[in-house]
Amino acid sequence: MTEIVITMGKIAFVLFCVFNLLYVLLWLERKQSAVMQDRIGANRADIFGLRAWGLFHPIADAIKMICKEDFMPAAADKFVYTAAPFLAVFFSLVGFAVIPFGDTLTLGGHTIHLQIADLNVGLLYVFAMLSLGVYGFILAGWASNNNFAFLGGMRAGSQMISYEITMGATVMGLVILFQTLSLNQMVQAQGEYFFGFIPKWGVLLQPLGFLLFLIAGIAETKRIPFDLPEGESEIIGYFVEYSGMKFGMFMMTDFIETILLSAMLTTLFFGGWQIPYLHADGFHLGGLRLAINPVLVSFLQVAAFGLKVFCFCWLLLLIRWTLPRFRYDQLMALGWKFMLPLSLLNLAITGLVVLL
Amino acid sequence: MRRNHQIPLGAIVKGLALTAGHFFRNMRIHVAHLFGRRLQEKGMVTFQYPEERRPFSPRLRTRHRLTMRADGSPRCVACMMCETICPANCIYITAGEHPDPHIEKQPLKFDIDLGVCVFCGFCVEVCPEDAIRMDTGILEFAAYSRQEMILTMDKLLMKEGAQEPDRALMKENA
Ligand code: SF4
Ligand code: SF4
Repeated sequence: MTEIVITMGKIAFVLFCVFNLLYVLLWLERKQSAVMQDRIGANRADIFGLRAWGLFHPIADAIKMICKEDFMPAAADKFVYTAAPFLAVFFSLVGFAVIPFGDTLTLGGHTIHLQIADLNVGLLYVFAMLSLGVYGFILAGWASNNNFAFLGGMRAGSQMISYEITMGATVMGLVILFQTLSLNQMVQAQGEYFFGFIPKWGVLLQPLGFLLFLIAGIAETKRIPFDLPEGESEIIGYFVEYSGMKFGMFMMTDFIETILLSAMLTTLFFGGWQIPYLHADGFHLGGLRLAINPVLVSFLQVAAFGLKVFCFCWLLLLIRWTLPRFRYDQLMALGWKFMLPLSLLNLAITGLVVLL
Repeated sequence: MRRNHQIPLGAIVKGLALTAGHFFRNMRIHVAHLFGRRLQEKGMVTFQYPEERRPFSPRLRTRHRLTMRADGSPRCVACMMCETICPANCIYITAGEHPDPHIEKQPLKFDIDLGVCVFCGFCVEVCPEDAIRMDTGILEFAAYSRQEMILTMDKLLMKEGAQEPDRALMKENA
């Protein structure tokens, strides 16, 4: 019974964090792009005259989307058309189930693993969910019965397939090094040190792998510069026939996937919830020791994880607002002729080094 | 890899460095402003329009006005030069006799249809009496109907309580 309550609590906590980060990202998308471009950004939505730097704009967005007409094309497949946005959001959200956001927390005699489900194939699970997510987009394009939407859905499918291979081949390097598919064990392994003081984070073990994973990951989120499934200026994309909150769900999916990608990058390459030199009983560095309350340690770890995820979200937004969209042939050339050989090379070198 | 397939990775990194540089520079200034520091620097190049206005160039052509004599009557002598040169045909003048025998005529009606005006400034250039100028600095004259876009003489003289313009006359002139 307590187990179920604890699990429900963890799920609620993760969803709470994800949706709040989503809200912040909607705000950050406007504000960060503005500051990058020497502007101020949206700051007019106010509640009783309080503008709070435009923080209320996402609320205004939500109200607008909920109040809009829920349009459905006459020739659309009613059931699939309605189900597609739910599928897209669902599969992007369930990926968070295996992300460890902290070590164990001992509270009132209960040892709580700060991870919703510690699957021993956690890594494969995330990839499986990401691949299933593309059904939402393909079905949306197909069910709309619109040529451009269909084209967008097909583009989403082919892009996913191309970049998923790179992604998979890249993380195999990490799997070889850490000898596990469980994300929690991977994070634990990253708590070790080179020469006793350089944290053994994935990015130091696999710098090329990190770069490739980052690029492939951005392609998976379908945001600029890889937003060909959307392609506002040419085909508008798989959601061209969607309106109101159904469109809003597709927009949410993109942001949730951005958060998921940030969480994956943090977990795989930047030590997850690890803070260098912070262990379960306090700080250790050489001879230095500083005891810290274990609950505070857990809190610090969760906060560190959140901060790392946030930094990656910032980086992804920076990329999104800097680069123009690739041409379709460039996208395919980058995926198949550049990233895939490099990821295989990375895998081969890693294997050789481990073997020797 | 064929040339036109190449992805300019160096340029991508350079571009990211540039935008990130702008982000951090502007963020530093914005945060400093919160604490009342570095107020002479600006974190953006845009203006928060209704509250904060861009400085105008003195040569900017804005809404028209008719200049006045010392007694408050218009300087215009109804010579019709502006009405003749106006490329948009949007000035409508009715001339009348001036009580002062030294001045030949005066406008009884002087309407400008801003909905048609192209802001070329020819009317100002051509006026022999310096009676019409475009230096009010007024840019917001949008209205909900075409009728409201018509400036009457009272409005042009910048007096309060303008009259309705003469529609019949406009049709005749058009
Ligand atoms: S600015 Fe040009 S178009 Fe406008 S009233 Fe004067 S002459 Fe006519
Ligand atoms: S050119 Fe000058 S003086 Fe002549 S009608 Fe126009 S405003 Fe009056």
